[in-house]
Amino acid sequence: MAGFLDAVLLQAGYNAGLVTIGATLLGFAAGMAGTFLFLRKRALVSDAMAHATLPGIALAFLVMVAFGGDGRNLAGLLLGAGASALIGLYLVDWIVRRTRLAEDAAIGAVLSVFFGFGVVLLTVIQSLDRGRQAGLEDFLLGATAGMLMQDAVLIAVGGALVVALIVILRRPMTLVAFDPGHAAALGLRVGRIDLAMMGLVMAITVIGLTLVGLILIIALLIIPPVTARFWTDRVARMLLIAGCVGGAAGYLGAALSATAPDLPTGPIIVLIAAGLFTFSLFFVPRRGVLAAVLARRRFQARVHWRQGLLSLARAEPIHDPLTLRILRAAGAIRPDGVATDKGRALAAKSLRDERRWDIARAIHQDTALTGRYDGLTPIEEVFTADQIADFDARIGPPQPVGAV
Amino acid sequence: MGAEFVQFSLTPMLIGVLAAVACALPGNFLILRRQALIGDAISHVVLPGIVVAFLVTGTVATMPMLIGAGGAALVAVVLIEAIRRLGRIEPGAAMGVVFTALFAGGVLLLEQSDTSRVHLDVDHALMGNLETLIWLRASGWDSVIDPVALSHLPPELPRIAVVAALMAALTVIFWRPLKLATFDEGFARAIGLPVSAIGLALVIAAAVAAVAAFDAVGSIIVIAMFICPPATARLMTDRLATQVWLSLAIAALSAILGYVLAGYGPIWLGFDSAVSAAGMIATVSGVMLAIACLWARARGRVAPVA
Repeated sequence: MAGFLDAVLLQAGYNAGLVTIGATLLGFAAGMAGTFLFLRKRALVSDAMAHATLPGIALAFLVMVAFGGDGRNLAGLLLGAGASALIGLYLVDWIVRRTRLAEDAAIGAVLSVFFGFGVVLLTVIQSLDRGRQAGLEDFLLGATAGMLMQDAVLIAVGGALVVALIVILRRPMTLVAFDPGHAAALGLRVGRIDLAMMGLVMAITVIGLTLVGLILIIALLIIPPVTARFWTDRVARMLLIAGCVGGAAGYLGAALSATAPDLPTGPIIVLIAAGLFTFSLFFVPRRGVLAAVLARRRFQARVHWRQGLLSLARAEPIHDPLTLRILRAAGAIRPDGVATDKGRALAAKSLRDERRWDIARAIHQDTALTGRYDGLTPIEEVFTADQIADFDARIGPPQPVGAV
Repeated sequence: MGAEFVQFSLTPMLIGVLAAVACALPGNFLILRRQALIGDAISHVVLPGIVVAFLVTGTVATMPMLIGAGGAALVAVVLIEAIRRLGRIEPGAAMGVVFTALFAGGVLLLEQSDTSRVHLDVDHALMGNLETLIWLRASGWDSVIDPVALSHLPPELPRIAVVAALMAALTVIFWRPLKLATFDEGFARAIGLPVSAIGLALVIAAAVAAVAAFDAVGSIIVIAMFICPPATARLMTDRLATQVWLSLAIAALSAILGYVLAGYGPIWLGFDSAVSAAGMIATVSGVMLAIACLWARARGRVAPVA
């Protein structure tokens, strides 16, 4: 625990501090970039792009070695990764546009073939490079142990650029995400805006490679926006919340993984993001599972309450255990099932309200008002006191109800 | 094509072909139902499944691993469906959430547990070990009918053969309901077919194929074979039966060609070591798909009038 606190406060050493800052920035930028991807319903295209980086990394390594370089220059490797991710993206779009194959098949084909080709190139590099570890496998799941200042700077600058571009482009991207037809009619270049969006996703994928690796980077692009979607219906807030969820996952994940040697950074970050997602799925107000269950229970209770009161008013026997429980809890009946004075009064009121509704529906042609009759809405919410007095005049004086 | 071929190439090739066929069969229907990425999701969650099986049993025995992987696939499918319905989230994003989280859990468990003494790591899970499934006891083509030598076949071969046969049998037996439920769900429902059960059964069958193939060849081939051969065949014909047969031929051809290119290609080019067979098989299937995308007869959205 002390170790975790140290890490959270960036006191767990130089490398751990760098990784924590880098992961936080990456998570924030990825959450924001993923938001439009999710709204555009293209979340899994990022999976194809992420896997498509592998051959680019390997080719960049081979090219750099061929020109006598070290081969492990990070900027060069990431440039290769970005280029092959864009080729993968182009191929997905091309297959969807030009052939009868659907997007899911195109994504799966590009993903597996690029990745397979990347693995072939990796084995080529292994055989060229006997004894010397090229270390390209680290890009699969990320490796933070050897993270340098320049890597952290790369993530910081890249992430800041991505966030800035998202803030600038958020209006056109929102429009395209929700209604591409309308956007086109307004004169926006939908294709270019889509390309810009995917370019931002590509940038996140590439700068996230060192930290979380190409298999798990898509988790940072998908999970924070999906989580944020539970909390709000507004794009600006969703962007911010997604960024914060991603940033929090990156921050806590990196700090947690710094506390023990067996806690790989990338998977921990993803699992924390998944934890935040699960929490939101269940406990978010309004859209959450718990809220839905509670709302259903409340509705059920109102129906049983209303039906119970009407049964009391008509002196009908009540058998339903839930109805009995609700009436008893409200003090409308005694434990032995006999109506109390309070219960009889409420029952009389319910019956009278039913009659009032009958009259209202007979004399009012305004369906906007009478259509609100559902057996649950109190009549006082729909009609004025004067109108209700008018209904009462037509019904006649009150009558005693129930067992006397 | 002598003794050496039988010893070192025959069994990996056969296993590759059978794995490709076992995946391509359900893949045909997944593609048509636009569920191609279920294969992707399943092959990611196989990892946590086998790690959990290993942690529970403490061995790398096959049966617990297969059960663990199958169980993980089922859990993933249920979770995807639950998140999709409970959270009202589009299926792609729900899938992305589930399989990345499960995969991350698998990697974490793997790092946490002491697996250094057993051959269980992420690289192996991704790339398989097709090249090592050799048949050392074989001394030539005669061994194919020699019971002693046959009993020393790599155990992956009979296993994947059984699964491939199972896939073939299921496809033949459920051909009509599968076809109806795939092309016209409303009609299938109207004539009383259990459409949802068929959908779930298809996914489970795909998971079984994925798990068995994964054991032998790694998850790259699994995803590639679910998607590439059926997609290639889909671009060549409008008839389902033809598509399935074509996809099988393409899958087998990819496996053989990929294995040969990986094993002998570098030698022909003057290098002295082979490259990853699994990766090469996926690459070959991608090249075939690319050719089909460019020139196949039925590649467009509107079928040509024959």
